[in-house]
Amino acid sequence: MVHFKVNGRAQTFDGDAEMPLLWYLRDILGLTGTKFGCGMALCGACTVLQNGKAIRSCTKQMSTVEGLEITTIEAISANGQHAVQKAWTQVNVPQCGYCQPGQIMQAVSLLSSKPKPTDEDIDSAMAGNICRCGTYQRIRSAIKVAAKETA
Amino acid sequence: MIAIEKIAIENVSRRGFLQGIFSAGAFVLCARILPEPLWAVSSGAAASVSTSAFHPSVFVGIHTDGTVYVVAHRSEMGNGVRTSLPRILADELDADWSRVHVVQADGNEAYGSQDTDGSHSVREFFDVLREAGATARLMLVRAAAKQWGVPESQCVADPVHVVSDKSSSRKLGYGELASLAANQPVPKKEELTLKSPQQWRYIGKPAPGYDVTDVCSGKPLFGMDVRVDGMLYAAIAHPPVLGGKVKSLDDSATLKVIGVKKTIAIDPFKPPHGFQPLGGVAVIADNTFAAFKGRKQLKIDWDNGSNASYNSADYKKELQQTARQPGKVVHTTGDPDAEFAKGGKVVEAEYFAPHLAHASMEPPVAVADVQGEKVTVWSPTQNPQGVQEQVAAALGLKKENVTCHVTFLGGGFGRKSKPDYAVEAAVLSKNTGKPVKVIWSREDDIKFDYYHSVAAMYLKAALDNSGKPTAWLQRSVFPPIGSTFKEGEVYGGAGEMSMGWNVVPFDVPNFRSENGQAVAHVRIGWLRSVANIYHAFAVQSFANELAVAANRDSYDYLLALIGNGHVLDAGPQGPNGVGEKYPYDTARLRRVAEVAAEKANWGKKKSGKGSGIGIAVHRSFFTYVASVVEVEVDDQGTIRIPHVTTAVDAGIVANPEMVRQQFEGAAVFGTSIARTGEITATGGAIDQSNFYDYQVARMNDAPRQVDVHIVESTAPPAGVGEPGVPPFVPALCNAVFAATGKRVRELPLTRNGFS
Repeated sequence: MVHFKVNGRAQTFDGDAEMPLLWYLRDILGLTGTKFGCGMALCGACTVLQNGKAIRSCTKQMSTVEGLEITTIEAISANGQHAVQKAWTQVNVPQCGYCQPGQIMQAVSLLSSKPKPTDEDIDSAMAGNICRCGTYQRIRSAIKVAAKETA
Repeated sequence: MIAIEKIAIENVSRRGFLQGIFSAGAFVLCARILPEPLWAVSSGAAASVSTSAFHPSVFVGIHTDGTVYVVAHRSEMGNGVRTSLPRILADELDADWSRVHVVQADGNEAYGSQDTDGSHSVREFFDVLREAGATARLMLVRAAAKQWGVPESQCVADPVHVVSDKSSSRKLGYGELASLAANQPVPKKEELTLKSPQQWRYIGKPAPGYDVTDVCSGKPLFGMDVRVDGMLYAAIAHPPVLGGKVKSLDDSATLKVIGVKKTIAIDPFKPPHGFQPLGGVAVIADNTFAAFKGRKQLKIDWDNGSNASYNSADYKKELQQTARQPGKVVHTTGDPDAEFAKGGKVVEAEYFAPHLAHASMEPPVAVADVQGEKVTVWSPTQNPQGVQEQVAAALGLKKENVTCHVTFLGGGFGRKSKPDYAVEAAVLSKNTGKPVKVIWSREDDIKFDYYHSVAAMYLKAALDNSGKPTAWLQRSVFPPIGSTFKEGEVYGGAGEMSMGWNVVPFDVPNFRSENGQAVAHVRIGWLRSVANIYHAFAVQSFANELAVAANRDSYDYLLALIGNGHVLDAGPQGPNGVGEKYPYDTARLRRVAEVAAEKANWGKKKSGKGSGIGIAVHRSFFTYVASVVEVEVDDQGTIRIPHVTTAVDAGIVANPEMVRQQFEGAAVFGTSIARTGEITATGGAIDQSNFYDYQVARMNDAPRQVDVHIVESTAPPAGVGEPGVPPFVPALCNAVFAATGKRVRELPLTRNGFS
């Protein structure tokens, strides 16, 4: 039995210890904002925050979440009002939108450690998040907008 | 020929359409049109995609509270249809956009073809949406005039969402007028006054996505997010080779996995495979992970069948060999053989482009619930009626008994026009008696796709003393999309031929295009811009090679090739073909080339020493596009793309913001194709499996800046989702040549020592 928090609420789990956090969030808790893209930490669609830092939930086994605080896209704001979400809306980043929760969580993590990221910082933080629609230049712009907002 | 559009608008306020949305007193119109035929008319694909009568309908309703409902009957996959289409209608209706609510349509043949592909949506529905909006507006105006007892001419829909009496300060809101308007007869088309372009409020004005806030909040919008009470989860072990069958199965280890319920064999398809499931063994579990884990434990001995001899490396040589021999003639102008026989300077080149996978971020997924004779499917599909047809066929039911709810699509790119995965869910739901969600892993997605076709092309031109071609021959060989629908189909359909192959947009007096035969060994399907990708790669690379042979600047030479512009006789027709509404006017192609070159400061950019600039042009889906790509290539062959300049003439543009997004994205999609895109097969099985061996562009290797310049046009709206891809790939390869002197005749760039 592992004990941890998801979006501020205490949770326990005693199922298959190999289950990735991604499928626990999606199938057991019904928090479907966190997306499945590759299952190998290659695309970033499943990005959540672990104690405030971005991780790939698709390779994070439930046996390793004891004591952790997990935050998903559903809990970073009420109604999409986080500075990063507002910047995403302002720049009109999404096309299909499927990867965007992961992109947003990665950007939230980036800005928490580097409030004024350079282009190189953005490249290095976001290179793990694939967008097949190709919204990268808008993601870059939105991160800069959010950085300005929160400065 | 393209059918002349006939639009019929009906008042259906009393007929219970859209039940659950409208209460009594709402005003609901339905519009029907008879539009142009689908692109692949002669390839057999069209018939398989949509066998239903082709009578698209669109609905607009005004609730008594003033909310305007517009039905989105096309699929949203990042193409912006849930924004751009309703805004066309809202414009003519003079509706307040903030009070417009978009309702996603289920699959229903009453809407006509809903297959959201071929960059159809705006161009096909622009006129009908405008007419529907104008009709509703006139009925609201007439309702107000009647209410006030004043002449209709005294009433105007101004400001938005109200009708005003010009002679007084009286106003009635659209909600107040809804039930009165519902009693109005539908005006004849001759009574309507459509707005002039100068009066447009929304058409041609940039607007952000209707759903952008929900998307950024992680709302459960996608097929992957669907949850139904009592639902089971399924992962399927598909036959590794197309046409393979299960010889023997040992599922004992699988059944020991926590959460696994059972395994179920899925019947192999009956050729042609079409949209049928591939067969294999499904693992049913109470969560996704258990299904995936259980699938890994299956021990299956496969009978791989005849495609097990397919090796893509050998196949490539076969295609190249075929391309060197005369093929079936597609289109001829003048007498190229006579011209070639004269001798002189002749340039030849061979090009090759491999299979590609779609790799949409959301892999195929569907939920189905079979209850007796009724089936409900939730799926991210570009083709909801295809879901209805295929599920009905698989279960022996009537199509009307299958309800298909269309979710958002986490990318489509053509993959999600094929409903095989929804059929799998239905078959498994019927077997288990429970709702079943079928989830494809990324490995399933890459290994069991409907692949973009591999192609070998041969081109030859005779040049005069000035370096201009006097004769041009081009031959294309690829396993056609038609092979998916007709066993043994080896020639490209008219659709594929019209995609940048039947003609070239150049002043060449003697020309012939040919097509050689190729047998398919994997499922072939359309992928964003389809055959245009390899055809534009060959033609636009070859044009660049001719410029080099003529010792000319590649942009100047391209303009000389295009000439001053004229309307082409383009032979067979399709979405890239011609018609009364969409003549192939090379003057428009020249214009986009000029705009792109000017905006990119072509003349001021120096190529060589690792820096290069390249240009390519292409017309597809009736849209004219020029791409100028700038690259930097380091000593290790690593390519960076600092800047892309794209010029687009897509006719009248519904929403320039969506156009910019699509063309920004097309440059990234094109980067993936050109740099790393390659699917290969060994022993009939696909070699790639996930994003480590099927790499797509990431932020750090995508173009840093893509500028999109929309050339103003009064021509009818043309396609937007796809046309950005084809010219980008050769423009990039031409830039690489300019930077390094290395000509790329085979995609991807990683096959040429670049990364």
